[in-house]
Amino acid sequence: MKTINAHDAIGEALAEEMRRDSTVLAFGEGIATKRKALVDEFGRRRVRNTPLAEGIIAGTAAGAAATGLRPVVDLLFAPFMAFSMEEIVNSAGKLRFISGGQFSFPLVAMAMTGAGWSVGAQHNHNLEAWFVHSPGLKVVMPSTPADFKGLLKAAIRDDNPVVFFSDIGLLYVPGEVPDGDHVVPIGKAATRRAGTDVTLVSYGKTVPSCLKAADALASDGISAEVIDLRSLKPWDEEAVLASVRKTGRLVVVHEASRTAGFGAEVAATVAEKAFDALRAPVVRLAGPDAPPAASYPLEQAFVPQPDLIALSARQLVGRAARVSSPAPVLVAAGA
Amino acid sequence: MGTTPAEIRPEALLEEMILIRRFEERTSATLTSGGFMGTCTCVGQEASAVGVVSALGPNDLILTNHRSAGHLLARGADPGRILAEVMGRSTGYCKGKSGTLHVSVKELGVILTSTIVGGELSLAPGVGLSVSMKGEDAVVACFFGDGAACEGVFHESMNLAAVWNLPVLFVCENNQWQAFVHRKETMLGDHIAPRAAGYGVEWEVVDGNDVEAVRDAAARAVARIRETGKPFLLETFTYRQRGHFEPDDQSYVDPSELASWKARDPIALLTAALVERGTLTAEGVAAIEARVSERLDAAFAFASSSPYPDVAELTTDVYA
Repeated sequence: MKTINAHDAIGEALAEEMRRDSTVLAFGEGIATKRKALVDEFGRRRVRNTPLAEGIIAGTAAGAAATGLRPVVDLLFAPFMAFSMEEIVNSAGKLRFISGGQFSFPLVAMAMTGAGWSVGAQHNHNLEAWFVHSPGLKVVMPSTPADFKGLLKAAIRDDNPVVFFSDIGLLYVPGEVPDGDHVVPIGKAATRRAGTDVTLVSYGKTVPSCLKAADALASDGISAEVIDLRSLKPWDEEAVLASVRKTGRLVVVHEASRTAGFGAEVAATVAEKAFDALRAPVVRLAGPDAPPAASYPLEQAFVPQPDLIALSARQLVGRAARVSSPAPVLVAAGA
Repeated sequence: MGTTPAEIRPEALLEEMILIRRFEERTSATLTSGGFMGTCTCVGQEASAVGVVSALGPNDLILTNHRSAGHLLARGADPGRILAEVMGRSTGYCKGKSGTLHVSVKELGVILTSTIVGGELSLAPGVGLSVSMKGEDAVVACFFGDGAACEGVFHESMNLAAVWNLPVLFVCENNQWQAFVHRKETMLGDHIAPRAAGYGVEWEVVDGNDVEAVRDAAARAVARIRETGKPFLLETFTYRQRGHFEPDDQSYVDPSELASWKARDPIALLTAALVERGTLTAEGVAAIEARVSERLDAAFAFASSSPYPDVAELTTDVYA
């Protein structure tokens, strides 16, 4: 076990997989500049800078993947992926099916997103639901350095296109990473804290917020279970359903905007499959339907914070006055 | 390996072009008479398809666009299996999941038919990268039109193939039409290929209705790519004789322009040249037509008697 941050965990995953498999290569906007150790070990043929052209980067990854390589591409910031939707969604995601299974697209498309650097809405936009809604893709968004490493290694080995989101706010937070060939299976959630009264489901930077909220709730005598989804497609329905059947209460928390965000999928699935276990309505805590602002206080207010999560959980277990709708509470509490 | 293919007699090129023409005509007639939407045909562009594909070697790879029947048939694809795909049957090359617009045939190195205009351009550098990283000498032929050349992906693809020295033969089939819009409304100048100079890429414009000229130009371009490892842009200047998508009454087409191009029909041009050279007779043409007709009879019989895919196929092949 060692302690490193997520940025370095990504570097370790890339190096280990490139060492293991000569068909793995990495290219993108400045990856050869920023990850010099990879260039030193694997050379400029396997670690390449590209033009700032997300469409052709993703398209090139799809073409290379269809013909025997395993590319990992760095598209920098998630909103830039709007330029590569054609290649990721229409080519990488669909052409396996369209070709009747003749071709596979083992590629990883990486991008950063989320509050933390005050970069504003054209660099910060949690748009993971776009890709979750697109067939043929897998989508992951880790919250710990260990998962950054383990999920990236799994994504590289996967024979399908995987969209890998890095939460900006977590990139330089240190954490323990197991030694050896640490691979985290895609589609498996992690229960970060066990509890019996309420289930907090999240991913990315709001996972640590849920853990802080769970600490606060514990001091009130409320036992919260915290589930880190890690993978959004496929997602671990069973883990969430099992937890809700135990606690009877669910709060889904994410930074992405509320409407048709991933929380809606979780809430709907629980309503369909575990309605009888619910002792209170499902609550979604999410960013507002607005572009994230650059100004630091506004950027932070966009994201559900621990005090709001704890308040919502208390309301669900009947230890706080209820309000009519959680959404205005979010904005009021954050602002 | 992907070396220069064996010499092909002009009569064989003619037969391939006639096969493509009759395939497109019969497919369109059959589908539209059956109440189905038809296909995007390559009628008028047969010389471009046959000329370029005949200059490729067996290990070379192809990416193409929604007018791909010519490229597929010239590559040796089974007309029955293409037709089965067009008709949504399980015996099609893609199990009926592609339809007419996205046929790929892995065993022939046809990686993609993209119906998103420009999609083939976005994948081409990656296929070239695979070839280059594996140290193979294959060439990647990427067929697109003047419409795709007016998209940003044309620039991105050419630029990346150039800076990474990728063995891509970019083939712009300039057929004058971009869906329902004439290219004169969307670009200045008549040609795409000279733009290659801006990327440091070699280029040539060839008469796209002269199959022997296309084949010679493509053979030169392929040889140049194998020699340098760098991309090349070949423009075949041709004409889409039928509408964008069948059925199409072409009421938006200038009749005099269409007539002038039909007067230079690629099949008629080669037939006349071979008759004049004394290597082909009227009986020879009739024999070609008879062989083609027989092949297509068999193809239509195979496709129309093939089963539709099972409904369970809706969700297979989505993930590996």
